Amino acid sequence: MSILKVENLSKSFGGIHANQDISFEVQAGEILGVIGPNGAGKSTLFDLITGFTKPDQGSVIFEGKNIFGFRPDKISNLGVGRTFQKLKPFADQTLLENVMIGAFSKESNQKVARDKALEIIEFVQLLEKRHHYAKELSTGQRKRLELARALATDPKLLLMDEVTGGVDQKTIPGLVELVKKLRERGVTVITIEHNINIIMDISNHVLALDQGKKIAFGIPKEIQNNQKVIDAYLGTIDAA
Amino acid sequence: MSDLKIAQSEPLFNSNKKMTYLVLGFFAFLILLPALGPTKFFLHLMIMIFMHAVISQSWNIIGGFSGQISLGHGAFFGIGAYATSFFYVEYGLTPWIGILIGIIVCAIVAILIGIPMLRLSGHYFAIATLLVGISFQIIFQRWDLVGAASGLWVPLTSEDSLYAIQFHSSKVPYYYLFLIFFTIIFFITWLISRSKLGYRLRAVRDDAQAAQSLGIDVAKHKIIAFAISAMMMSPMGSLFAQYILIVDPDRMFNFEISIIALLITVLGGIGYVWGPLVGTLILIPLAEYARIFFGGTGGAVDLMVYGIVLMFICIFKPSGIISFLPNHILHREKMR
Repeated sequence: MSILKVENLSKSFGGIHANQDISFEVQAGEILGVIGPNGAGKSTLFDLITGFTKPDQGSVIFEGKNIFGFRPDKISNLGVGRTFQKLKPFADQTLLENVMIGAFSKESNQKVARDKALEIIEFVQLLEKRHHYAKELSTGQRKRLELARALATDPKLLLMDEVTGGVDQKTIPGLVELVKKLRERGVTVITIEHNINIIMDISNHVLALDQGKKIAFGIPKEIQNNQKVIDAYLGTIDAA
Repeated sequence: MSDLKIAQSEPLFNSNKKMTYLVLGFFAFLILLPALGPTKFFLHLMIMIFMHAVISQSWNIIGGFSGQISLGHGAFFGIGAYATSFFYVEYGLTPWIGILIGIIVCAIVAILIGIPMLRLSGHYFAIATLLVGISFQIIFQRWDLVGAASGLWVPLTSEDSLYAIQFHSSKVPYYYLFLIFFTIIFFITWLISRSKLGYRLRAVRDDAQAAQSLGIDVAKHKIIAFAISAMMMSPMGSLFAQYILIVDPDRMFNFEISIIALLITVLGGIGYVWGPLVGTLILIPLAEYARIFFGGTGGAVDLMVYGIVLMFICIFKPSGIISFLPNHILHREKMR
């Protein structure tokens, strides 16, 4: 069953086609990896799906409902969570407060929201840091904070922009494990990731973009051997 | 017990006994103060402190909570002042109902001007509020129904009257009136700061996009904050009108009200529940004593001192005087 169906989604900024005619489907409970060189339109695609950028045309069907052009908060309330490539923690609030703000999206009772937030903080393995201010946390910890905050809104679909970007090598395996555990929690995940090994490891399907266009979609094995994908990353011979 | 269970059994808010007693003691002192036989001037000083603390708290809700710099908050002070005086002068309606009318009108005005204006961000919002503040003054200067430039003179009652909120024999009733409003409004702010609304307003202030991604309607929350802020400002205008019994556009829609609310809050600690009070306790005595000391010749001396104090605060303690308090206490009492 598909939880998200994107059809002919397009967006241009001035004359530049950031996303052009992109279509794909995400099955409930899977992890979809999105890859592509810099400027391929991955983050734009996330912004279009989550409402942070207004799409020009196409449709975005989430659980059978067209959410094309909805406001970000409405989309979030329907069950689509996201994290940001450029991290956006509430810096002057503690980790717990950050996650509680997420929990308040579905829960009004303070105690219930707090306990739920703590449970999720434990899930991302930062329980002992709960009273630390977000600005005191390391980049890896802040990624977990963003994940926890988004999870606290009970998303059915979670879009994660660059899970392992900008963190040191030691931190990466833990983050990857977390993403895998999300699937066990029943959350469908779309993730942008630059590390091909990780994408191949965790994804059920992979969507490859280049210069705003979809160049490939399939299971990791197919993508790995897809000539267009290899060209996009390494450059074609006549371009070189 | 697992770590999670331990964490979940922690109280929602750390209560610091010492701080609680300090605050309760402070209010007990305020209640008993008139019994100590203070001078008329001292009572006046306290009334001005209560009034400015609330004015600044009102500003703090929009400036400190939701992060929008308003330069026209004096407009809501003026609306409150005119609401009570106009209905009393024209129809003999008790100012108590006038206070309510003022609050309701302010909420409506805040929502109506907030809907278009809160779409503006940063400097543009500040400029827009500045112009709204000035336009209100101009409108009231030319509006014959409310006495235009000469304003309204509230007819004096022959003796003290709770119905008309006029007390000629003593300042003590005014003292308690202002104290009650001060207490209620600070209590409401304290409640908001630790409520779901408070959390969400801080989220909107710190990062609007992140807030949206968590399902928070940013525009709606800014408007709610603006309306609450306006509703807090209004009764101060009403009470001040009852205190001096003259209402005119130059006094009630004075630009200085908007500015002083900002100055006090920034000095005391923007975004902290008690910041406006701390700022008020420093600036208002300074202003009132300077007025006595220098009289008419040195009318602006207090403003010069303000300027210098503010400069030092901005350089050495940008988060306000309140941030001299230790961190664990601050954290509990903050909005930030």
